[in-house]
Amino acid sequence: MSHWVVMPIVVPALLAALMVLTMRHHPALQRTFSVGGIIAVLFIAIGLNVSAGTGAIHVYELGDWPAPFGIVLVVDRLSALMVLLTTLLALAVALYVIGTGWDRRGRHFHALLQFQIMGIIGAFLTGDAFNLFVFFEVLLIASYGLIIHSGGTARLRAGVQYVVYNLLGSTLFLFALGTLYAVTGTLNMADLAERIAALPAEETALVRVGATLLLLVFAVKAAILPLHFWLPGSYANAPAPVAALFAIMTKVGAYAIIRIYSLVFPPSLVATQGLFDIWLMPAALLTLTVGMIGVLGSVRLERLVAFAVVGSMGTLLVAVATLTEQATAAALYYIVHSTFASAALFLILDLTVERRPEGGRIAVAPPIAQNGLIAGLFFAAAIALAGMPPLSGFLGKLLVLDAARAAERTWLIWTVILATSLLAIVGFARAGSTLYWKSAAVMPAAGAAVADPPPAVRPAALPFVSVGGIMTLLVAATVFAGPLTDYFAAIAAQIYTPANYIEAVLGARAS
Amino acid sequence: MSLFLIVALPFIGALVPGLMIQAGRRACALATLSVTALAFIGLMTHVPAVLRGEVVQARVEWLPALGLDANFFLDGLGLLFAGLILGIGLLIIIYARYYLSREDPMGQFYAYLLLFQGAMVGIVLSDNILLLLVFWELTSLSSFLLIGYWKHLPEGRQGARMALAVTGGGGLAMIAGMLILGEIAGSYDLTVILQNREAIQSSELYMPALILILLGAFTKSAQFPFHFWLPHAMAAPTPVSAYLHSATMVKAGLFLMARMWPVLAGTDAWFYIVATTGLVTMVIAAVIALFKDDLKALLAFSTVSHLGLITMLLGLGTGMGAVAAVFHIINHATFKAALFMTAGIIDHETHTRDIKRLGGLRKLMPATFVIATITALSMAGIPLLNGFLSKEMMLYEASHTPWAGSYWVVPVLATVGALFSAAYSFRYIWHVFFGPVRKDYPSKPHDPGFGMLASPAFLSVLVVLIGIMPSLAEPLVRLTAAAVIGGELPEFHLQLWHGVNAALVMSIIAVVGGVILLALHRPLDRAWIAAPRPEAKIIFDAVVEGAASGSRWLTDRLHDGALTRYAAIFTVTVLALAVHAYLTGGISRPTRAMMPPGVVPTIGWAMLLIAAGCLVAFHRRRLVALVLMAIVGLVVSVGFVYLSAPDLALTQISVEVVTIILLLLALNFLPKTTPSESSVARRVRDGGIAVVAGLGAGALIYALLVRDFAFPTISEYHLANSYKGGGGTNVVNVILVDFRGFDTFGEIIVLGIAALVIYALTEALLSSPVRARLLAWTDESPDAGDAHPMMMVVVTRVMLPVVLMVGVYILLRGHNDPGGGFIAGLIVAIAVVMQYMASGFAWAEARQRYPYHGAIGAGVLIAGLTGIGAWFAGEPFLTSAYGYIHLPPIEEFEWATAMGFDLGVFLTVVGAVLLSLQSFSRIARRSGDRVSAHPMDIDPSREEC
Repeated sequence: MSHWVVMPIVVPALLAALMVLTMRHHPALQRTFSVGGIIAVLFIAIGLNVSAGTGAIHVYELGDWPAPFGIVLVVDRLSALMVLLTTLLALAVALYVIGTGWDRRGRHFHALLQFQIMGIIGAFLTGDAFNLFVFFEVLLIASYGLIIHSGGTARLRAGVQYVVYNLLGSTLFLFALGTLYAVTGTLNMADLAERIAALPAEETALVRVGATLLLLVFAVKAAILPLHFWLPGSYANAPAPVAALFAIMTKVGAYAIIRIYSLVFPPSLVATQGLFDIWLMPAALLTLTVGMIGVLGSVRLERLVAFAVVGSMGTLLVAVATLTEQATAAALYYIVHSTFASAALFLILDLTVERRPEGGRIAVAPPIAQNGLIAGLFFAAAIALAGMPPLSGFLGKLLVLDAARAAERTWLIWTVILATSLLAIVGFARAGSTLYWKSAAVMPAAGAAVADPPPAVRPAALPFVSVGGIMTLLVAATVFAGPLTDYFAAIAAQIYTPANYIEAVLGARAS
Repeated sequence: MSLFLIVALPFIGALVPGLMIQAGRRACALATLSVTALAFIGLMTHVPAVLRGEVVQARVEWLPALGLDANFFLDGLGLLFAGLILGIGLLIIIYARYYLSREDPMGQFYAYLLLFQGAMVGIVLSDNILLLLVFWELTSLSSFLLIGYWKHLPEGRQGARMALAVTGGGGLAMIAGMLILGEIAGSYDLTVILQNREAIQSSELYMPALILILLGAFTKSAQFPFHFWLPHAMAAPTPVSAYLHSATMVKAGLFLMARMWPVLAGTDAWFYIVATTGLVTMVIAAVIALFKDDLKALLAFSTVSHLGLITMLLGLGTGMGAVAAVFHIINHATFKAALFMTAGIIDHETHTRDIKRLGGLRKLMPATFVIATITALSMAGIPLLNGFLSKEMMLYEASHTPWAGSYWVVPVLATVGALFSAAYSFRYIWHVFFGPVRKDYPSKPHDPGFGMLASPAFLSVLVVLIGIMPSLAEPLVRLTAAAVIGGELPEFHLQLWHGVNAALVMSIIAVVGGVILLALHRPLDRAWIAAPRPEAKIIFDAVVEGAASGSRWLTDRLHDGALTRYAAIFTVTVLALAVHAYLTGGISRPTRAMMPPGVVPTIGWAMLLIAAGCLVAFHRRRLVALVLMAIVGLVVSVGFVYLSAPDLALTQISVEVVTIILLLLALNFLPKTTPSESSVARRVRDGGIAVVAGLGAGALIYALLVRDFAFPTISEYHLANSYKGGGGTNVVNVILVDFRGFDTFGEIIVLGIAALVIYALTEALLSSPVRARLLAWTDESPDAGDAHPMMMVVVTRVMLPVVLMVGVYILLRGHNDPGGGFIAGLIVAIAVVMQYMASGFAWAEARQRYPYHGAIGAGVLIAGLTGIGAWFAGEPFLTSAYGYIHLPPIEEFEWATAMGFDLGVFLTVVGAVLLSLQSFSRIARRSGDRVSAHPMDIDPSREEC
């Protein structure tokens, strides 16, 4: 059995431990090991994708205990893709924080970053419901540490809200797992799938409660209305590069919904009929609407982008909630797009905010250094996130719209998606023209100009390399949309034949 | 040249000006010019093929899953538009070279211009309607950049945003329309769609598709009531206005209507929507244009009016209507672009565009005067100029078009439109160039250099040529009209003299009326200014501002940061959906009988209830609340003992001790009571929610407890294999370190991270303004005089080695008896915590040699490395091995790799607890806590009480 499967979890965990043990006082070493570790995991992730791309499902039995009695990690096309996405994003963020010195503004940044990566990847790889809970805890506590990195009143306050709200979610997770275990007597996802499919109709009530509670846990993570309240404040107040990394965290929720609700609780079962379809789509549309209204109604850039993330999750969840193979393929494309677009926007936001004495307030201020370049990047990233052509956001939106034909009330879905796009366009245009155009027209006050001449120091190139890298990925996702969507269709096909997954996990010993 | 290249050239070329500007403005302009010229030549190479009636194609797959492919085709219509875009683009580039001043960043300008050009060429050559959408929205985005090019002008920024909102919004509607159209036709390829007229027009989705697509076209082509953005887009530099807002972008909507004409036109719906909109737009815009004093605003509204004219012609749905539309598109592009350029020249030379400040320029700017007069007269529809011909055709078509059964509505309105059109054209000539030479021009006017005059002059030559010899344009019109109609062309000849017919009469009325109107302009203008009329910009701004402030209000109300409200919403949502899930499922009868309540459980139950009840009553007194929480924890621990779960009980009780101690330390820095912040109503509401949620949770647990598992559980396997496979008889421990060791690995990491976070948080606090507050903070409660009581110091010191020994014992025996790394770690941590408490932070800190960070790191590393050890035996991560060793004189004992893992757990727990404690102690010491130099000190300054 190949140990590569567990490597993306073990490598960051041990690296982080090593950093805490030996490199506490050596920031340069921490940086080197952090980036080195991510690159190593990136290569492993590429390998996993190549291997899973053939359609093979790899099962790794931890402790050599057979499923369902021990914990298994499962690599299929979907989880391999999510791992790759995580590492790509983490690399960009790591380079960015190193380039801007964000990592030196507080303690243990790189250790927490590695733990965070470990938690996210673990959540993508595990095939055990309780183990998923453990990784949710890992990524929650690590992300809390990252949110309050470098401190500050607003940040600490937002951090408290974040952690308390998510602990509510964790409590709910335990209720859900307890309920499911008490009925089915198992925690392995494949085993759960088999048992729930075999559940007689008169025993379904409690499993339905468990399934609903579990979906609500994931809804919290994915920031679906009305369980999204933790997101705007904490993302807006977190260090922007951290918020960029968190672009993948909401996707953990989306991933979990796709995974569990295709494998364990497909809506076709007796036990799950009419359970989610009635409210998931309205909730997704509401998420989209409130998110984009927030884009238009934000007076701070950080908040604007945070709401754009909520809105983008709304679009994604429309695709997820459509619950067809085509829609899931669309959702996967949108996941890739939304992850990189949100991250890029947060990094560009940081470039802007750090250069402005006013911070993120959308108001006129003296022009910032490299106004033109940053404005251009903002323009491109805003186009991507608002779903305008030519970038991946537009293609993603078209895919979602196209897939929504299979849903009920297509006209409503289309109207909401298109109308909220207009809100986003107007919101971004207002913010961008104030920040980069109106401000460029302002001459610095006469006294100020004399007092501090423009710094002669050449600004660091690394942050721009990082942002440029993400933008390149977005462009690549656009240009190679054809092969990508073909592959995502293959992923969706694999997801929608859960029998193979179950066979791989439970039949591993038999063969 | 491949169509791909023709479309791609401007996009690729957009990089050129930005670079070439380094070599100077001339080089930059030349480079831009050659990019466009190259694309133009490439287009021209296809002319023979198109003239032969062939359709040039280029196809490549892009996103086949969606039906979005990079397919291009070139027919007569595409050729005309691409030719206009690139040809006029060439003239504009030359003109802009001289128009832009030295302060304007020319590289940026040309880059945006080329981006726009590429998007436009893309629209007119797209064979795939989704691809067309991509380019469609790209023109909105690039025009946003061009309109806002002068960043310092508020009108520029506002105009750019307005144009983006209107045209981009229309584009969004069009997305839906195109998706519907593609669904009806079964393909997004125009060449396929154009074959499916019957299927499309008979579909019940025809109306929604039509309306949505027309929304896109009308917004882009500034049709009433979406016309208002175009005048405000005039804040752009004049070359942009001439290019985008007369010749190309605003024609995109017309292009789309022409392109879709074969499949969408011909129905009543099409006629009444399109023709009516066109007619209304034509008249209203012409009237407004007459009263605009800004040259560019006048031209802008005249453009809207002429776009309306063309829209109306397309809306007629007749073959001749289409021919006239095509011809007028050509004519309008020539005279209007030239007119905009003359307006730019006047602005450039006199520094004003206000007609009321101009006049008499005839003598000062003769060349400009000639060009402007020729083109303006063409716009007015004066014979021998091209505008006359197409306007005549329009009037002729109008003269015999019934509207809702009435034969006079269309001709009368068309004549009125033409009349006002003539009037404002005459005004453009008369009020600007005639009259006395003034003394108060903002700048002394004179004709500009050849560079600026060349482009409009060239266009005005075309105006005259086509006007005199319409047969010159006939092949082009035929070619294009054939492509629009997609079938047999009606019989027609472009010629100057059609004899005396209705159109000529209407034309004469229009021209004469125009002259009269101009003569009456002064009183009419006063009346116009006095009359109340809706101002589009104010309405638009109010709508956007209203939407923005409404959004702000809603967003801020929803996300007001009140955690209690968020939690209430969370709880209600969870409850509602859980109840829904329960009610829609089936539930069987309980399978387990109720047991009689024993004495001990009843006492425990009562204590839990009392403690919880008291907690509600006294939760504002934090210390009391803590004590009550401790009681709950203890009862739970006892419960574990009662239910024969010693491991859990041990764990629970040590966790309780550690948490309570840490919370006590934290309370030290907090107010002693919680203020009451919410109203009574709110508390009642929250209390109600809490009670219902508690009842719900209780009901769920009750329902689970009275039923057996529906399937055999996996725990049977754990019981059976604990000793055989895991080498331990304590199943709980074997589950923790073996069966589910990976969970434990994750959980110790959680614990470690938590400690690191507490540490980082402390550091952040101590380097922030909070530090000053801590330093200034004094504890108001009276000191216990005996800070480090002797009894406690002695006891804790004596106990330390004993407790450590117990810890090691618990660690080692864990695999077979209750115990294990987690509990052992907590016990050892408690022993050390007690030293801190008894002897003071400073005393304990001074004797603390190993950093706790290290313990956490080492713990996780050891646990991880133990897991990795299995790899060398070819087994998966965390696979355990065990065996027996006999070392005389000790008895035979068991070893298991799980011990290594447990050691890791142990170290992490110790490190995590103590690092948290140390962090608190750092706060305490910064806040002025006295460091006792000696153990067992007694504070001599204390007051006896």
